[in-house]
Amino acid sequence: MQKVFGRPESLLAVKTHYCPGCGHGIIHRLLAEVIDELDVREKTVGVAPVGCSVLIYNYIDCDMYEAAHGRAPAIATGCKRVHPELTVFTYQGDGDLAAIGTAEVVHAAARGELITTIFVNNTVYGMTGGQMAPTTLVGQKTTTSPFGRIPKQAGYPIKMSELLATLNGASYIARVSVHTPKNILQAKKAMKKAFETQIKGLGYSLVEVLSQCPTIWRLSPKEALNWVEKEMIPYYPLGEFKVPKEEKA
Amino acid sequence: MEKKFMTGNEAIAEAAVQAGCRYFFGYPITPQSELPEHLARRLPEVGGCFLQAESEIAAIYMVFGAAGAGARVLTSSSSPGISLKMEGISYIAGAELPCVIVNIMRGGPGLGGIQPTQSDYFQATKGGGHGDYHLVVIAPSTVQEAVNLTMEAFDLADKYRTPVMILGDGYLGQMMEPVEFETRKIQPLPPKDWSLTGAKGRPRRIIKTLYLQPEVLEKRNLVLHHKYQEIKKNEVRVETYLTEDAEIIIAAYGTVARIAKSAIKILRERGIKTGLVRPITLFPFPYQTFSQISDRIKKILVVEMSLGQMVEDVKLGVCGEAEVYFYGRTGGMVPSYDEIVTEVEKIMKEA
Repeated sequence: MQKVFGRPESLLAVKTHYCPGCGHGIIHRLLAEVIDELDVREKTVGVAPVGCSVLIYNYIDCDMYEAAHGRAPAIATGCKRVHPELTVFTYQGDGDLAAIGTAEVVHAAARGELITTIFVNNTVYGMTGGQMAPTTLVGQKTTTSPFGRIPKQAGYPIKMSELLATLNGASYIARVSVHTPKNILQAKKAMKKAFETQIKGLGYSLVEVLSQCPTIWRLSPKEALNWVEKEMIPYYPLGEFKVPKEEKA
Repeated sequence: MEKKFMTGNEAIAEAAVQAGCRYFFGYPITPQSELPEHLARRLPEVGGCFLQAESEIAAIYMVFGAAGAGARVLTSSSSPGISLKMEGISYIAGAELPCVIVNIMRGGPGLGGIQPTQSDYFQATKGGGHGDYHLVVIAPSTVQEAVNLTMEAFDLADKYRTPVMILGDGYLGQMMEPVEFETRKIQPLPPKDWSLTGAKGRPRRIIKTLYLQPEVLEKRNLVLHHKYQEIKKNEVRVETYLTEDAEIIIAAYGTVARIAKSAIKILRERGIKTGLVRPITLFPFPYQTFSQISDRIKKILVVEMSLGQMVEDVKLGVCGEAEVYFYGRTGGMVPSYDEIVTEVEKIMKEA
């Protein structure tokens, strides 16, 4: 019998610590599939963030660093400069990348650092218990925006993909989501493109993944998927914001 | 061997290159900028990488990445910049990554000033960042010594898998002196069988500092602790100068120790037999030297370019067996040999 579906080789056969309905599990799997398909597991080094996905090294079977909050792109830079032959990625959440690590990601992109970032945007600080994130939507309630995010007091959510796409060193920037099977397939395609951009030496690459966090959003997993569609995508439109020059017709 | 006339900053940079360091990550700050400037030209010549980071914080994590990837790596800064790096230094110590960090101290607190001080002694030797860790801290007092100790610092870092700090001051960084670069014997060092190079033909490796179970983290910290005990046993370096017949000892390190030597010459001409104890490693600190010397010499004057930091370690070493006096200038003011002479004479008159 032909085997048509299995666990990617780069994904370890262990249970994860993620909540039911969380998007990280899907995104980890896509990452592992991309690493397998590009056949780079043995020359890949990943950098884990601080946040819910700090333990990603328990799930992805490759050499990995655990970074301090927001510093993953700097660690990836140090590694890549020593080993240009390796494929180096960072996996970061929205608090990590768009608040405390804004400088590191902006400058890694500006330098055209040959690394790939998987940026998971679920609009909240998950691990610390659901505080307001830089990507929290206007009006969205969190433990530190109990009356909903009020722009006068807390400013506006940052659109990181659009911001990073303005930088010359950034080569591939895309926003995807994992709330429907179709979107999941598109997300994988974008992640693969991002890794290929790095491998071809074309510049910095980042895929922003809109992800669901039912626990903190106080929604059922199914309601959370709808929330991505109804609330997030209108503010964070999906698509490719920048593609490598060689791909432009 | 050919002698070169160089500033301390340039000499430390060149010493790093000669010690096999090929990676530098840093951010400009006075009074150490000649160090990265030298490497910006020099590292590409030897196939290395110089990168000016967006901040000291990013720079220290680039060091984390490069050290974790198995490279010899250097960063340098001055006091306010070192404060920013302290977060990353704690992670580097926790992850047991070897690297060399240069602090060419300037005045503080805050932006302070750009003149030489020694006011980061506590920060360097007692932690600085969070957690149960130490740096190896080395304090050269001449440009030549800075060269030799920088080379040695890389070996110490690799031998013990630990960050090593070269603690100088604005004088040492800016001062020009003739230096020689000796070809050093290659030290047998442990293999970097923990570095991240891609998991080809071996189990994957992880470099991390998070241990959520307290019993596991305690074990990790005890591993660090035992390493520091080894370092204390093996790596103490100290210079004693004219202590044999001395009736009073000056304790000073770095630039101040040089000034103290001039003061000692004058004092001896005036009939006051003065000696010097100069700690070269500040961690590990030469407590034993002070303990032994206080058995026979009952007066120790500690002189620092701060309001009294190393003096606390001298007191720990002496443990009440001698009278410990202190004289310090701060804010970038440098004690002159006349001031030190006056201070010693005052102490001897009191007796």
